[in-house]
Order: sequence, then structure tokens, then C-alpha cells
Amino acid sequence: MKEKLIEKGLLIVALSALGSLLLIALFIFIEGMPLIVKVGLKDFIASTHWAPTRGSFGILPMILGSLAVTLLALIFGGGLGLAGTMFLAEFAPRWSVRILKPLIELLAGIPSVVYGFMGVVVLVPWIRQTFGGPGFSVLAAGIILGIMILPTVIAISLDALNAVPLSYKEGSLALGATRWQTLYRVQFRAARSGIIASLILAMGRAVGETMAVIMVAGNALLIPTSPLAPVRTLTSNIALEMGYAAGDHQRALFATGVVLFVIIAVLNTIALLTMRERK
Amino acid sequence: MSPEGSVNSPAKLATKNLSVFYGSFQAVIDVGIEFPACAITAIIGPSGCGKSTLLRSLNRMNELIEGAKIRGEILLDGKNIYQLNVLELRKRVGMVFQRPNAFPLSVFDNIAYGPRVHGINRRQKLTEIVERSLKAVRLWDELKDRLDQNALGLTDEQRQRLCIARMLAVEPEVLLLDEPCSALDPIATLHIEDLLRQLKEKYTIVIVTHNMQQAARVSDFTGFMLLGKLIEFGTTSQIFTRPQHPETENYISGRFG
Ligand SMILES: Nc1ncnc2c1ncn2[C@@H]1O[C@H](COP(=O)(O)OP(=O)(O)OP(=O)(O)O)[C@@H](O)[C@H]1O
Ligand SMILES: [Mg+2]
Repeated sequence: MKEKLIEKGLLIVALSALGSLLLIALFIFIEGMPLIVKVGLKDFIASTHWAPTRGSFGILPMILGSLAVTLLALIFGGGLGLAGTMFLAEFAPRWSVRILKPLIELLAGIPSVVYGFMGVVVLVPWIRQTFGGPGFSVLAAGIILGIMILPTVIAISLDALNAVPLSYKEGSLALGATRWQTLYRVQFRAARSGIIASLILAMGRAVGETMAVIMVAGNALLIPTSPLAPVRTLTSNIALEMGYAAGDHQRALFATGVVLFVIIAVLNTIALLTMRERK
Repeated sequence: MSPEGSVNSPAKLATKNLSVFYGSFQAVIDVGIEFPACAITAIIGPSGCGKSTLLRSLNRMNELIEGAKIRGEILLDGKNIYQLNVLELRKRVGMVFQRPNAFPLSVFDNIAYGPRVHGINRRQKLTEIVERSLKAVRLWDELKDRLDQNALGLTDEQRQRLCIARMLAVEPEVLLLDEPCSALDPIATLHIEDLLRQLKEKYTIVIVTHNMQQAARVSDFTGFMLLGKLIEFGTTSQIFTRPQHPETENYISGRFG
């Protein structure tokens, strides 16, 4: 009887979580879709002119901005994260793993405004002095995001790597393979789906991150032509303009949300498909 | 079965005063054993007596275990194995494990794995090796049309054969097998034993087994271990019919009884 109640209770919680998600999605679509229809999908996502108070609703610069920043974050964060994962899984002495792993997980708990602040104080001036340009740039946002996705990449891919049966490693070493060959030819292969999942989740996090990006990206409404150019992402655009947007402008921001929603949905679908393909 | 006295045939692999420690625990105590070339030597003994430990020290796989140390000598063709490059040693002294550990790769990639890590990349050469290795374990006819299939989808016996083929593909000289049939059914076990009998023409084989009948059926020489010590070593017929030590006799009659 009590079990039944708990079961029912949990079901209701789960359903309401799902329900509110659906409602939010629905709300965004209802608010955003009419504008996309009115402007035309092509003009919305393929036009470069964004002047919402004067009736121009092109978000291409923001789409490209988000892509550029995310790509850079994946290169930095993904590369560093996988290297860290390999080090922790195979080469680091055990005592150091006991210290490093919790530290890395701690990184995930730091509020994004702190990352943004560090970016403004340290990274942006450094980029300005070293490479020139305003400092507020694709590069700055990519590096900050890269650091922010490290915990996601490392935690998930390390779990995946540690779940690979020891017998694979033994089998490979017994054939005279080096530890490095064993790692990338067998262990990484076997953990592939988990590693890809970690990268895609990290990508989702990078696409969705707002605060830290606003602080370091410069937010100019231009298609970025170099890593040193300032950039505005989809999320930044919503956050920066929602305070004063009204009418079609506001609906255009919701429509931007729709585009973000679709991007994330596509990413997750790709993740699911890659994992299924393996079997 | 081999005639008496061929214990004196030249040793391919030998240990001298070999001791292996896990931390302060000594799992193998002063073992001196010679594994004759082109013959099958079985290591028998009760659980925990150090059979696997002895076997795994022969290709330095024991080093994977933290705190494992060895003392004494291991000689391959008369040369201390610690003077060889460990990768070269493991290439020459192959190992098959208790549970078939085929990689989650295609049949082809499993067999080609060893040659590839040793630098062979030409497709034609690899195809040749794969065919030869699969033929050697008599899997070729079954699998020649399924080389692209994931090896994890094979039966237990096929996977264990595949693991043997994978080892043969790097052209080893010594084959170490640690209870290679314990995950297999009796029919598959007999098949693998047949295979080992064929392979001994070219290879020096050491097999650890819990199964007395298996040792009697397949091996030419047998070593009996107890509590880390090698109690007795001789031809298999001698060990099973005229054991010199009461412990050996007890163990064998207990097991057969
Ligand atoms: N990694 C390890 N750390 C510490 N002690 C170990 C380790 N591996 C094995 N031992 C101990 O060493 C002794 C010999 O173990 P080993 O695995 O060589 O025995 P075995 O004869 O192969 O046994 P079995 O027939 O059960 O496989 C055992 O007492 C075991 O508890
Ligand atoms: Mg054992």
C-alpha cells in the first residue's frame, strides 16, 4: 500500500517535470513561430540584418556566432578534456586521481558569472595585448566555454573509459601493444559512445551558456571574420534584448529560442544515433 | 604422450629460483621449471597456489598489478627476459586468458590488431595474416564471410579460438594459456584441446588448468604446484601414474577419486 503510494507520487513528480518541460517548449513555439511564419524561415535564419525595432529580423550572425564559439569551445575543452581523461585513467598515480577528480567536478559548481568575471579580468586583456583587437572576442568566449565544459567532458568520458573491461586492456598489452596504443585503439574504441555523449552534452552546454559569454564576447552584431572579432550568440541576444523588447521584437526573441531549441534537439538526436549505431 | 626422459629436451623457456610477491605476500616461492620446446606443459594445483601468478610473470603481465615484484630469473632461449624489450617479449610470448577477451571490433580487426600495433599496415599483408591465423584455429570456413562482423557476436568457443588466432597473428614462439577452457562447454573444450595438440608442432605451450583430465589428455609435461611451490615436475604419464611426492599423489587421486 505504502509502496504503491510512493510509486504513484514519484510518477506524478516525473510527469509534472515532463509536463512543465513540454509546456515551456509549447510556450516558446507559440510565441515564436508566428514571427518565423511572418518573416519567412529563410529570411529569419539566413538574413544578416538584425534591426528588430525597424522590422529586420535576420539572426544569421548570431547563429554563426553560436557555432563559432561552440566549435572553439569543443576544440579547447574537448581536446583538453580528453587528454585529461586519458591522463587520469591511465597515467596518473592513484593518489593524484583522488585529488584531481573532485577538483574537476568542483569546476562544474562554479557559477558562470565567475567564469565570465575571470574572463574579463584576465583573459580579455591578455588576448588584447597578445594578439591585438578588442580582446572581447570569439577566442575569449571559446576559451572560457572550453574551460566550463571540462567537467562535463572529463566526468562522463572518464566514467565511460573506466567501465571498459580490464580484460580488453590485458588482451592488448599481452599482444605487445604499448599502453598508448592500447588506450586509443581498444579502450577508447570500447568507450566511444560514452565519449561522444560527453562531447555532445558539452556542446549542448556551450550552446546554451549565456552569462559568461555575454561578459567576454563583445556582443557585436557582426558575422565574426576572425577569432579576434567580437561576436554575439543566440543566447546572448535573447538575454541582452529581452529587457526592453516588445511586440514583434519580443516574438523574434522567442523565435530565436525556437532555433536554439531545434539546434539542441538535433544535437541530442545525433548523440542518440551515434550511440545506437554502435550496436 | 612423450617418452620418458624428454624432460631433457632443450628448454625454450625456464625459470630459476623465481619468487613473485604481491606486496609482502609471496605467491610464488623459488620455482625452477623448464618448459621444453614444441611440447605442452600443464601447470596444475589447487586454487590460489600461484599458477596464474607464475604464468603471468613469464610475459611480465604481472607488472600490471600494483605492488607485484619478482625475484630470480626467467630465461627465454637462455636469455633473461628482463634484458628484452617488454613489447618484444610479449610479442614472442603470447597469452590467452580464462575468459575469451575478443575486442569489440570486427573479426578482421581483432586478428589484425597485433600485426598493426607492430607496424604492419598493408592491407594485403593483413588479409594474408588474418586468413592464415583463422585457418590455424580452424575458424576460417565458419567466419570467412563474416570478417566484418563484430567479434562480440560470436559464440564462446569461437571467441576463444579467435583469441588464440589473434595471438598467433603476431607469430609468437611461446603460448601461455590460463584456464583457456573454463568458460567453455565440454565439446568446445575437446575442440580446443585438439587445436593445442596441433599447435604444439610449432609452438611451446604452457597451459594452466584446474581440470586434471584435461592435463592428462593434452599435456606432455606436468608441473604440480602447492602453496606457491613447485612440488613436482615430470612427464605427464609419470606425474599421473607414478607421482614421487605424497602431496602430488593426494591431489591427483583426490581429484580423480
Ligand atoms: N593482485 C593480487 N594482489 C594480492 N594477492 C594476490 C593477487 N593476485 C593473486 N593473489 C594471491 O596470490 C596467490 C596466488 O594467486 P593465483 O591467482 O596465482 O592462484 P591460482 O593458482 O591461479 O588460483 P586459481 O586456480 O584460483 O586461478 C593467491 O593466494 C592469491 O590470493
Ligand atoms: Mg588462476
